[in-house]
Amino acid sequence: MSILIDEKTPVIVQGMTGDKGTFHAKEMIEYGTNVVGGVTPGKGGGRHLDRPLFNTVKEAVQETGAEASITFVAPAFCSDAIMECADAGIRLVCSITDGIPAQDMMRVKRYLMRYPRERRTMMVGPNCAGIISPGKAMLGIMPGHIYLQGNVGVISRSGTLGYEAAAQMKDRGIGITTSVGIGGDPINGSSFLDHLALFEEDPETDAVLMIGEIGGPQEAEASVWIKDNMSKPVVGFVAGLTAPKGRRMGHAGAIISATGDSAAEKAEIMRANGLTVAPNPSEFGSTVAKVLGL
Amino acid sequence: MDVHEYQAKELLGSFGVPVAKGAVAFSPDQAVYAATELGGWSWAVKAQIHAGARGKAGGIKICKTYHEVREAAQDMLGKRLVTHQTGPEGKPVQRVYVEAAEPFEKELYLGFVLDRKAERVRVIASQEGGMEIEEIARTNPDAILQVTVEPAVGLQAFQARELAFRLGLSIKQAQSCVSTIMNAYRAFRDCDAQMLEINPLVVTKDDRVLALDAKMSFDDNALFRRPNVADMYDPSQQDPREAQAAEHNLNYIGLEGDIGCIVNGAGLAMATMDMIKHAGGEPANFLDVGGGASPDRIETAMKLVVSDDNVKAILVNIFAGINRCDWVAKGVVQACANLDIKLPLIVRLAGTNVEEGRRILEESDLKLITAETLAEAAEKAVLACQGKLQAA
Repeated sequence: MSILIDEKTPVIVQGMTGDKGTFHAKEMIEYGTNVVGGVTPGKGGGRHLDRPLFNTVKEAVQETGAEASITFVAPAFCSDAIMECADAGIRLVCSITDGIPAQDMMRVKRYLMRYPRERRTMMVGPNCAGIISPGKAMLGIMPGHIYLQGNVGVISRSGTLGYEAAAQMKDRGIGITTSVGIGGDPINGSSFLDHLALFEEDPETDAVLMIGEIGGPQEAEASVWIKDNMSKPVVGFVAGLTAPKGRRMGHAGAIISATGDSAAEKAEIMRANGLTVAPNPSEFGSTVAKVLGL
Repeated sequence: MDVHEYQAKELLGSFGVPVAKGAVAFSPDQAVYAATELGGWSWAVKAQIHAGARGKAGGIKICKTYHEVREAAQDMLGKRLVTHQTGPEGKPVQRVYVEAAEPFEKELYLGFVLDRKAERVRVIASQEGGMEIEEIARTNPDAILQVTVEPAVGLQAFQARELAFRLGLSIKQAQSCVSTIMNAYRAFRDCDAQMLEINPLVVTKDDRVLALDAKMSFDDNALFRRPNVADMYDPSQQDPREAQAAEHNLNYIGLEGDIGCIVNGAGLAMATMDMIKHAGGEPANFLDVGGGASPDRIETAMKLVVSDDNVKAILVNIFAGINRCDWVAKGVVQACANLDIKLPLIVRLAGTNVEEGRRILEESDLKLITAETLAEAAEKAVLACQGKLQAA
């Protein structure tokens, strides 16, 4: 099994008619994703990439039974698009958009909490590469061919570092159940912890690789949770050992501004909670192989 | 984005936060004129830089005469001020703020931050004003009072009252403090700030509170809807290369080392720096070219990296997803031709269109060092930088 998405998951693309939406929707369809339609306000009733278009997410859900959405919506309008998904009962929304204001994300997170847990929308991203369950479906912008299907779960804040890990694992014949990019922003829709819990329950996942970076409390929280709740081995890594304090390293969330934010501190917390820490970013593959006993 | 103290005070003032009377000056003459306009017998002349801890570094002077105001402004303007927050190179002082000095009885601390753990705005207050909050947290953590803001309804007056009374203020002082907290919160929310610090917030002899210093920084992602804030951008406070990079929408951060880095993606860029360090070298910069980088963009990035005289070797590390290795390769070839780059150049390409990218590099007559993996790329860059490896 995989987590979050598989080849059956009906997916809609918000902003499908734009350049980026069109390009990536095509790639997702080619990969085998069950894309059932698109949403672009004002273009409802038309067709694009041989799929129906809708004005609202609610209509799209009613007509197609969509369960997941990927948003290619400009930062100024993206929080609105995400809340629209929650209101329409979409189970999973993945936001690729980079540049959503932090206060908008605060409101989005608060809005998602309106719904009881059993019908609450899971959000992945923003500012992420998306989700891929290799060999099944892709809800993102990653190069699908670098992923091998297998038994390791991957969670990464950085998109490209997730690619690096997937390629290193593929070189050793190690495959992935699902790879989730949780994004580089200070407020993420979902955290390492949310996806670790899913991987722990997934019978096909035998180990998890989590790739963090400087800034924020997420890696430490996840590490403590792993110690208390996780039966499967977890490999950790934190990028930014050489990053200076107080400087924003590209990602809006990648900044050392408090105690515990640095790569060295987080790696130490991971070790103290029983994770196996990859010594450097060229040893994702070898460290995962080690915990799998290969 | 950071702004100067006087700009933060202008904004706060417009939201009803009480600030002392003051004026910005770009020359000693203007400073003296400002003092005469403000009136009174005592003024603070404050160097305007995007960093704190100015007082201890000589960036704030209390003046009793116009002559002292002139001298203070003369001493500060055109110099670089080094405080323990600026780094050894300091920040250039191009403006001073002249403020009517206000006698006060007590110094408080008031701050607003985006709390990443709670995913809410946190309001922080303390009776230990004038000290840095990190210092208070270390020496007297119990003196820090905090409330978090529920995003659906915003900060409530009862929360501000709770803070004001716990700060030990009298009823009259607390009233002034409550409205100040509420107004500062509105400024934070309505300007999309990510940090607001009023330190000290002083209590005057006649029971008012007043922002004596103010520091604000703003969410870059929200500047599109805050043009008044975006206009406050001061490039002089930024490293010139970083300012240039920002113009081209490139993420560049200058560092101390000698291996220039050109990478796609912030995570991979950080990991590349880490890998250089691991291989025994030092990165000269962080640079993320972002997604969908065109050949021209790669050339701009190369130009930026080589403009740092410390750079002795260049490492290009691209793992293309929405990028295209062929575009990157074209950019590298184009940059080498146009910029006459003589430094050793190490290129590692992977991902989308990698075969095409490698072919373009092979067919060019460039002397390149190529690498297949991240580790190999970093090791070769370190060797090349030390003069131990040349292109075949």
